[in-house]
Amino acid sequence: MLKKRIIPVLLLKNGRMVKGKQFSNFRDTGDPVSQAKIYNAHNTDELVFLDIDATTLKTNTLVDLIKRVSKECFMPLSVGGGISTIEDVRNMISAGADKVIINSAAIHNAKLIHDASNSFGKQAIIISIDLKKENNEYVVYSHSGKKREDIDFLEYLKMMEEAGAGEFLINSIDNDGMMNGYDLELLRLAESNSSIPIIICGGAGHFEHLYEGLNAGAHAVACASLFHFGDNNPTRARSFLLNKGIPMKNLKGIIF
Amino acid sequence: MIGIVDYGMGNISSVYNSLDYLGCEATIINSPEEIEGLTHLIIPGVGSFRQAMQNLEDKKFITPILNHVKNKKPLLGICLGMQLLATKGYEHGETNGLGLIEGEIIPFEIKLHVPHVGWNNINTLKKHPVVGNNVNQVDFYFVHSYYFNVKNREDILTMTEYEISFPSIVAKDNIIGIQFHPEKSQEPGLNLLEAFCEWDGKC
Repeated sequence: MLKKRIIPVLLLKNGRMVKGKQFSNFRDTGDPVSQAKIYNAHNTDELVFLDIDATTLKTNTLVDLIKRVSKECFMPLSVGGGISTIEDVRNMISAGADKVIINSAAIHNAKLIHDASNSFGKQAIIISIDLKKENNEYVVYSHSGKKREDIDFLEYLKMMEEAGAGEFLINSIDNDGMMNGYDLELLRLAESNSSIPIIICGGAGHFEHLYEGLNAGAHAVACASLFHFGDNNPTRARSFLLNKGIPMKNLKGIIF
Repeated sequence: MIGIVDYGMGNISSVYNSLDYLGCEATIINSPEEIEGLTHLIIPGVGSFRQAMQNLEDKKFITPILNHVKNKKPLLGICLGMQLLATKGYEHGETNGLGLIEGEIIPFEIKLHVPHVGWNNINTLKKHPVVGNNVNQVDFYFVHSYYFNVKNREDILTMTEYEISFPSIVAKDNIIGIQFHPEKSQEPGLNLLEAFCEWDGKC
């Protein structure tokens, strides 16, 4: 049986890990390589690295980071932040990333997704979409929540799926860092309009929120604040969810 | 020396890194002449079946791979590399595979979301030097949209459920194919890779 996934998100700014609220007010949360090793020791299902100011891509810091992490962490690694060409995708994958996360560059360029998917397989392409609720409608934002896009969310989902996306990472800007739970309405909307897996992100503040997300149809729950700002870790989260009847990776075969 | 075939299909550095971490001597193979002197061969890969066969052919890797198998040396296919062991594939058009294990690579036609991505357990059908009993019900990391519809049941070592039941590890003589990513499956995955590196190719 396929298990549900918990995906810690490591947000990066100038090579350091940060976490904010509603895409601003960032606080330093440590060194990404040591953090990745700790997550690996917790047999974490998967890791997401997101460079929020997309500057490290240009300076190769992100490539170096992935190279270092993939030498020690034998788990699925997804990377995003400023990826806008096939060359960027290739560089990330050769550095050791299994999947790339594309956000702003996908919005007006379905061809990039089509080409990347054809070259590297759809399993390697995660489309990340940031949304804000305005007048009861979900509005797509790009450039780390700075640019309002004039596109229909559901049409965009369909277009990206046809172009060759392998997974969707759905982020609620309103709920980001608030630790009050995921936007379950947004999750259900995305899930019922997609035939590829959905990762929900934004708002998890305690384990019950992970349960709510997975129970509402998410294939994976992504979180940052939950693990950064509290006495929580993926091992404890997994036990909590298992006790609630959610299928999670069993640790049989692992020698402690 | 263990060789990892680089034929331009995806991230081979993680397979190399995992062998390096395990202390197994490995090398990345860029040209067909390098295959002859190897003890073990690994075909990794992600992407399309058709493109993969085309690349193997263009780089003249097919004959040395088949010779490696004829010489009774162990061969491991991972993910797309496992699928290439089949007779035929249907991704982006019908294409002949390496024909080492009889069967076809077909798409999931199921109600659940595809690709099949995430951690899923394997159910062992029989024993094998690389796949011990201790991996029964262990979770490994999968990511794929097609699966290996194996013709002869005796070539299947483990099965996995995703709405339907499909072969997750196949084996025949000195050949083994793994649908999931052992190099991305933390300790249980590394254990499998280590067992392959120590395997003499006999069952």
